[in-house]
Amino acid sequence: MSLAPSVKSTTQPVETTATKQVPDLQGRFGDFGGRYVPETLTRALDELIVEYNRAIADPDFHAELNELLHRFVGRPSPLYHAKRLSNQLGGAQIWLKREDLNHTGAHKINNTLGQALLTLRMKKKRVIAETGAGQHGVASATACAHFGLPCVVYMGAEDVRRQKPNVFSMRLMGAEVRPVESGSRTLRDAVNEAMRDWMSSVEHTHYIIGSVIGPHPFPMMVRDFQSVIGRECREQCLTAIGRLPDAIVACVGGGSNAAGMFYPFVDDHSVRLIGVEAGGRGANPGDHASPLSYGSPGVLHGSYSYVMQDEDGQTSDVHSMSAGLDYPGVGPEHSYWKDTHRVEYTSCRDDEALGAFDFLARNEGILTALETCHAVAKAAETAKTMSPDQHLVICLSGRGDKDAAELARLRGQQW
Amino acid sequence: MTAIDELFVKLKGQGKKAFMPFITAADPTLAFTRLVLRKLNDLGCSMAEIGIPYSDPIADGPVIQASYTRALGSKIKLHDIFEQVAAERSNLTMPLVSMVSYAIIHRHGAERYVEAALSAGFSGAIVPDLLVEESEQLARICKAKQFNLIQLVTPTTPRERALRIAEQSSGFLYFVSVTGITGERTELPPDLVDRVSWLRERTPLPICIGFGVSKPEHVKLLAPVSDGLIVGSAIVRLMEQATQSESAALASIESLVTSLLKAME
Repeated sequence: MSLAPSVKSTTQPVETTATKQVPDLQGRFGDFGGRYVPETLTRALDELIVEYNRAIADPDFHAELNELLHRFVGRPSPLYHAKRLSNQLGGAQIWLKREDLNHTGAHKINNTLGQALLTLRMKKKRVIAETGAGQHGVASATACAHFGLPCVVYMGAEDVRRQKPNVFSMRLMGAEVRPVESGSRTLRDAVNEAMRDWMSSVEHTHYIIGSVIGPHPFPMMVRDFQSVIGRECREQCLTAIGRLPDAIVACVGGGSNAAGMFYPFVDDHSVRLIGVEAGGRGANPGDHASPLSYGSPGVLHGSYSYVMQDEDGQTSDVHSMSAGLDYPGVGPEHSYWKDTHRVEYTSCRDDEALGAFDFLARNEGILTALETCHAVAKAAETAKTMSPDQHLVICLSGRGDKDAAELARLRGQQW
Repeated sequence: MTAIDELFVKLKGQGKKAFMPFITAADPTLAFTRLVLRKLNDLGCSMAEIGIPYSDPIADGPVIQASYTRALGSKIKLHDIFEQVAAERSNLTMPLVSMVSYAIIHRHGAERYVEAALSAGFSGAIVPDLLVEESEQLARICKAKQFNLIQLVTPTTPRERALRIAEQSSGFLYFVSVTGITGERTELPPDLVDRVSWLRERTPLPICIGFGVSKPEHVKLLAPVSDGLIVGSAIVRLMEQATQSESAALASIESLVTSLLKAME
């Protein structure tokens, strides 16, 4: 028998309701997730599962992490009522969950502090990380400087160029940034290189994965550390609005800010959850980074999830102007939420996101990360279809200072 | 019995060990792949491992990565590889195994992959990113179709787990010599011989050692304690020359393989 040139996916959408009781012991979110890694990494992943379970059963671990999140990061992050923005759009009341006000300027620090504490508990001596926009790299460098751990950050050479301020910050805090020249020189290649480093260094090194991707237990663990966003937001809505919001919008690259925001609301069926992927230049293959909108289930970077791939299972090239969303895969729990229809996924083009950047800058005085702007643009669209007595929350996952030079370049302006 | 099972029975009877080169399919062309396969067969290699190029090979070092990139640069498809291997098969007496990412197998469907590989003349597959826990379905299909699923044990694998992997593996067991990625090493871990010997006493499956094996000294040290050796990056490094001169690349490969085969004796 020969291979047909084109193969349809064998996975059918699961007709079940999404539950919070995922993943199972094998790391499965429905069909998605699991562990597709070389045998060399198995023991470290097993050790990580054991240590993570011990840690979350240990009140001292929670106390230490919460103290750090409060006094070092500045949590809880505010839930801000963007009245001018709401009035301009003339629809729903818009609330911003201000993760951009965290120390280091994004949600990424919630996860790196948790994983750095685990690194110490496992008595590992060195940390590696991958980064796209550089926010996870900065958050890793910060956590490592705080705890005195050596830190190596892999970053695609193209991302080193377009996110220079973050590269400088990482180095200022003592991290070594290693530009990755292979492949498309972006986040995907940085993950490959970090995985290869870990293959050789696994006995004494912990790999702090920055998103809800990778082999089990990473997608679960990163979601749990990021869920502080959704838990706080839920409480803050009950206090400020007196009820849950009607809709929540977050951007999705690997999907960590969205997972952390959405997860505590999964059982709240009155709340619409909307994930926004990078639509790049448009819907043609290679022009976007929207695996949930245009991809198919496959295996990448250790888990089974939606991915942009060709008919042979080779990962396709993707595009987004935002380094943090320029990734061909997505976390397995998002694939699960897509197939169970719990979360609506859509995508936003580069130009729409740039428009949202200006809109938020001029109407609210907030410079927003280009990644986050994708969520802002789709939230604005959604808000217009809603009434002023309804409430919509945007996960404002990161601040935009890092993007100033790249914005100037995109617009042919002096920086 | 597959051709691999028969090979190890024959070698055991002769008191010999398997020598198994790894080459990347379609680096730089499938025509060259066929030339190299014929050369390896004629030099007396026991078996050949054919790497199916993959876009994101996290277990591979720079040499094999670069080789995969060159191969994929010509937009090569799995179908083309199988077609050319099938066309060459009648010139080869050695069994063939594919080294292939699960991303590729999953995309085509496990059953279709195994059927297509069998009809191209492969006897088994090594799937470096498929752990024993995730391999049940593929193992069942392979067993039903008389196709070997060769699994890997590494220095970080606990002993109990190594025994479980050996039970689930068929054809032979691939013992990864180092904690790390593929690529030549000047020195191999000092406890490697002990680890392989320990496992060899506890499984009837042949054990072959790979990763880092590149020099006659390695061959002399490891051949006696194993059932076979796999050499990858050292050969793939030479294939790069083929973009300039195929005959020069073939001559370099012949010279390296001859010296390694001599060290096996």
